[in-house]
Amino acid sequence: MGFATFAFYMFSTVAVISGFLVIFARNPVHSVLWLILAFFSAAGLFVLLGAEFVAMLMLIVYVGAVAVLFLFVVMMLDVDFAELKAGMAKYLPVGLLIGLVLLIQLGFAFGAWEVTDEMLSMRQAVTPAPEVTENTAALGMLIYTRYVFLFQVAGLILLVAMIGAIVLTLRHREGVKRQSVVSQMYRDPKEAVELLDIKPGQGA
Amino acid sequence: MIELSHFLTVAAILFVTGIFGIFLNRKNVIIILMSIELMLLAVNINMVAFSAHLGDLVGQVFTLFILTVAAAEAAIGLAILVCFFRNTGTIAVEDINVMKG
Repeated sequence: MGFATFAFYMFSTVAVISGFLVIFARNPVHSVLWLILAFFSAAGLFVLLGAEFVAMLMLIVYVGAVAVLFLFVVMMLDVDFAELKAGMAKYLPVGLLIGLVLLIQLGFAFGAWEVTDEMLSMRQAVTPAPEVTENTAALGMLIYTRYVFLFQVAGLILLVAMIGAIVLTLRHREGVKRQSVVSQMYRDPKEAVELLDIKPGQGA
Repeated sequence: MIELSHFLTVAAILFVTGIFGIFLNRKNVIIILMSIELMLLAVNINMVAFSAHLGDLVGQVFTLFILTVAAAEAAIGLAILVCFFRNTGTIAVEDINVMKG
C-alpha cells in the first residue's frame, strides 16, 4: 500500500466521520468544529488529486471565512439548543430511509455510467503537465481568459451578498448616542455661542 | 493513482450525510445550513475528482464558482437567521411560518 493510498483512506475516513459528527454533535459549536475538520480532510483529498489551488482556496474560504461566520452566529444567538435537539429520534427512521434510497440511486447512476470513447476529444481545457505549467498558473490562465465573464459575475454575487448581509443585520437602536458629522459641520458659532455683557456685582 | 470510484464513494457518502442531517435536525436552522455546506463539499469533491481523472481543468474552474456561491449563500442565510432571531427570539424552523416583518 503506497503512501497515496494510505493518505486517501485516512483523509476520507476522517471526512466521513466528521461529516457524521457535524449532524450528531449535541453542541452546535462542536458541529462547526467538526465541519472545519471535514473541510481540512477534503482539502487533503484535493491535494491528492493534484488540485492544490482549490485545496488552498477551500481552507481559506471555508475554514477562514464560512466556518468562522458559523461559529460567530452560533455563539451570538442565545438559543436553547437542547430543546431544538428534542424529537430527533422521531425523524431518524424517515431520514435513514431517504438517505438509503438516495445512496442506492447514486449507486445505480454510477453503475450505469461509462466513459465515452470520444472523451479525450471532448475535453474543454486539457490539463497541462505539472512539469510544464503548475496547477495554479494553469487555472489562472483559464479563469482570466475564457471564463473572465463568469469570474466577474462571481465577484458581483459576492458584492451583492455582502451588501445584503450588511443591510439585513444593520440596525439603529433608539436612545444610543452617536456622532453626527454633518450636524457638527453645520454648527454655526453664532447660534452656538452667546456673548453676555455682565456688569460687576451682578449675575448672568 | 487512486481510482475514480473511491473518490465518488466518499463524495456520495458525504452528500447523503448532508441530506440525512437536514432530515434529522429539522428544527435547527444552523445545522441545516451546515448540512448544505457538507453537500456542496461533496459536489466539489466530485467535480475535482472528475477533473483530475479526465484531465480537464474546467471542473476545477467550476469548483471555484461553487465555492463562491456557497460562501455567498452562507453569509446571506446567516444574516437572515440573525435578523429573524432578533425579531422573534427563536430559530426553530416550525416557527418560521409568517411572511411578515
